[in-house]
Amino acid sequence: MNGLDALNPGGRPPPLPEAETAIALYAVMRRIREFEDRVFAYFRAGRIPGTVHQYQGQEAVAAGVCAHLRRSDYITSTHRPHGHAIAKGIPLQEMAAELFGSPAGCCRGYGGSMHMGCFERGMPPASAIVAGGVPIAVGMGLSCRMAQAGSVVACFFGDGAFNNGAFHEGANLCAIWDLPVVLVCENNFYAASTHVTLANKIPRLAERARSYGMPAETVDGNDVFAVYEAAGRAVARARAGGGPTFLECLTYRRCGHSRRDQNQYRDPSEEACWMARDPLDLAGVRLVAEGAATAEDLEAVDRAAAAEVQEALDFAEAAPRPQGEDALRHEFWEAEQ
Amino acid sequence: MTIAKALRLAIAEEMRRDPTVICIGEDIGIPGGWGGAFTVTWGLEREFGLERVRNTPISEAGLIGAAIGAALTGLRPIADFQYADFMFCAADQLINQAPKMCFMSGGQIKVPLVVRAPVGASTRGAQHAQCPEAWIVHTPGWKVAVPSTPYDAKGLLKSAVRDDNPVFIFEHKLLYGSSGARAEDNAVQVDEPVPEEDFVVPFGQAAVRRAGRDITVVATHLMIYRALQAADELAREGIELEVIDPRTLVPFDYETLCESLGRTGRLMVVEEDTRRGGWGAEIIAEIAEKHGDLLSAPPMRVATYDVPIAASPVMERFAVPDAARIRDAARKMLEV
Repeated sequence: MNGLDALNPGGRPPPLPEAETAIALYAVMRRIREFEDRVFAYFRAGRIPGTVHQYQGQEAVAAGVCAHLRRSDYITSTHRPHGHAIAKGIPLQEMAAELFGSPAGCCRGYGGSMHMGCFERGMPPASAIVAGGVPIAVGMGLSCRMAQAGSVVACFFGDGAFNNGAFHEGANLCAIWDLPVVLVCENNFYAASTHVTLANKIPRLAERARSYGMPAETVDGNDVFAVYEAAGRAVARARAGGGPTFLECLTYRRCGHSRRDQNQYRDPSEEACWMARDPLDLAGVRLVAEGAATAEDLEAVDRAAAAEVQEALDFAEAAPRPQGEDALRHEFWEAEQ
Repeated sequence: MTIAKALRLAIAEEMRRDPTVICIGEDIGIPGGWGGAFTVTWGLEREFGLERVRNTPISEAGLIGAAIGAALTGLRPIADFQYADFMFCAADQLINQAPKMCFMSGGQIKVPLVVRAPVGASTRGAQHAQCPEAWIVHTPGWKVAVPSTPYDAKGLLKSAVRDDNPVFIFEHKLLYGSSGARAEDNAVQVDEPVPEEDFVVPFGQAAVRRAGRDITVVATHLMIYRALQAADELAREGIELEVIDPRTLVPFDYETLCESLGRTGRLMVVEEDTRRGGWGAEIIAEIAEKHGDLLSAPPMRVATYDVPIAASPVMERFAVPDAARIRDAARKMLEV
């Protein structure tokens, strides 16, 4: 099974956005893929400390949603935040430096992989407690609504968050207060190693989300143009004061849950089906087939992404490291110096 | 003025002064309702509206998370638990999120959040009785205020609202001054005049509630009044207690405490929380480690016994320290 059977019943793919946007979506996905692949190599080589939860395979979700966000909009993220951070515009150098635990990192080395964030670009440190970011997105949405500046919040979480009380409380608050929040559920079929069907009796998570009193839909989360189209409606609705939307994006990890996970719990036929649906390949084929880009155009994008990522990692590896006693700073806010 | 009214006055003044201050909590902002479980926010919606005095469903994790998210993005929320015991429903937000946001960002974001919670045994049984200050005192990233007088309640709450960090304010059910249908059995009346004008009580400055030469007693909330009662009784025997109200547990005013110990040489901590791993143990350990030379006798804790609180008033009264236990402990301390 691939979980996609009931989607797109008419068989008509979502329309391609205009060429410039379509290529930009591809480029964001490529930057994420390149970053994650290179980071994994560095990690395996022992050059990056800690742990990593990688985003390969889910790039279309972050790219398709964040393409609609302004710098003044907010996102909340999870223990798997690199893709969201890249799509929200955090510079790769600052992200890479954060992975190395450097003061040049976007959280100055205090956050690390799982708490990636950069508030001036609308991303507080990601919450590595599953569903923990959902109530926080509620409050950010409340601020946006009270400020009446048309800002919105995209709240990213996985299928694993769906059965946590914090998700339920947060989703309900979004609904009863009509908040400008897009709840983006990245259903990658596995909460760590637990399959989504072991954790839910219903076939579509959007079914339950609808019962909070908000629009909810399930989209092919490996089709960046499908995500882009659905997220566009959800973000526009939020901006216009229409309240929250739940987007269930069906997608799949092309990597393990975390650093050394070999995915030995996955069904081979399910895995084969999804591995054949690489979001970058799907987008690239359409871009070329529909004349939005040439193969050479995409190769140039790929090369640029590879160079940018390598430059970021080179910068980060050479960036200064903190002093041990820096660990004692920032328990409390220090007044502007 | 009662503590409940002083807190309400402080909130109203801060909401007038700063349009980003909002209240968020359960059973607040209900026209015809109670103003939270203990009337502190009663009627505020009439002046400030339901947008800024925001009622929530019974969703503690949701409302604290919402307050954190709002604090990150330009508001200064005052979040409200009906009973401190309920804070454990929001434990992730209180322990993993709010106090770590500034730190995890490398000091780039502030969380100007106030959380209020009523503590204390009041014949409601084990889940509406706890004094869980120690859980928050233990967690880096929080400041903790424990007002025990109307003046301090107003001044500490105003300091909390203006602080750019998460501040937890624990308030005691039997000190609010609740009356009429909401009167509490065994309440202590602590009415006092409170200035109508703007003032703050800074954090980290203890108040000496009673001067005495023999034993320094550190106590908060209801235990201050029980210690003062014991002190009056002991004074007839020629024993003089000095009673110190720290007013904030984080930061803690060790300077005032040490100054007192320099005169008395004896330290007793009276706390309504259970004894094991309490904030009293922390204070005694800190003094023993760094200022042991000030002590002429082993320090002592008087605390609630290490059991949940029983519903029966007889058993509740036994478990929680009263003036007699403080008095007996003081006599024993002076025998050494």
